[in-house]
Amino acid sequence: MATKLVVDCSTGITTEVELTAEEVAQREVDAAAWAEAKELSDAAEAAKASAKASAESKLKALGLTDAEVSALIG
Amino acid sequence: MAVTYKLIETVTVGSGGAASIAFASIPQTYTDLLIKLSLRSTNAVTNRNVYLNPNGSSANATARILLGDGSSVSSSTSTRIIGRDIPAASATSSVFGNAEFYIPNYRSSVAKSISADTVMENNATASVSSITANLWNVTDAITTLTFVPEAGDFAQYSSASLYGISNS
Repeated sequence: MATKLVVDCSTGITTEVELTAEEVAQREVDAAAWAEAKELSDAAEAAKASAKASAESKLKALGLTDAEVSALIG
Repeated sequence: MAVTYKLIETVTVGSGGAASIAFASIPQTYTDLLIKLSLRSTNAVTNRNVYLNPNGSSANATARILLGDGSSVSSSTSTRIIGRDIPAASATSSVFGNAEFYIPNYRSSVAKSISADTVMENNATASVSSITANLWNVTDAITTLTFVPEAGDFAQYSSASLYGISNS
């Protein structure tokens, strides 16, 4: 069982306490939200990289050199 | 002479890690609160956010985050009181990130603004620093502050120090 550290500022005493069911549920919600956000972020990064590669390819097909493509889109 | 910047309590996480760190029964005798944290998450990724739950609540919060990672900048929003990325288990080993939360007028009967300033710290090309403008839209005085990693636990040797700030 996960535990939390609780510092009572009125006494200075720190205790290790088991999480409540509500806190456990919140942890699960947080983890799920992060996983979802990461999946979206990874997909956006992949799409951006794919679009950049496609743009480079099309510019080269038009006759631009590697240096010219790099100057345009880095 | 008035005590205007006083360490109230400090805590360091032990060998088992901790799912959260809470300061309870916060004295209602200061003007503002400042919390300085040195944190690392046990989760098997490079970085994780840290959340602050005033009075144990994760609701009624909004945030605007400004972030830089050395190669790009971005902004985003959150419905949690948040400090962005602290290092986690896949970051450079034994490195802890720094975070600071400032809460003016924590005893007031209006909504509370909470600013956060964080830096991930990572001995690698990529790292993250951020500032966050948080709003906790609750009129209760703050008596408890709970810090929670987005996932995993706070690693051993993570620490938190609560300071009371007085205006006179």
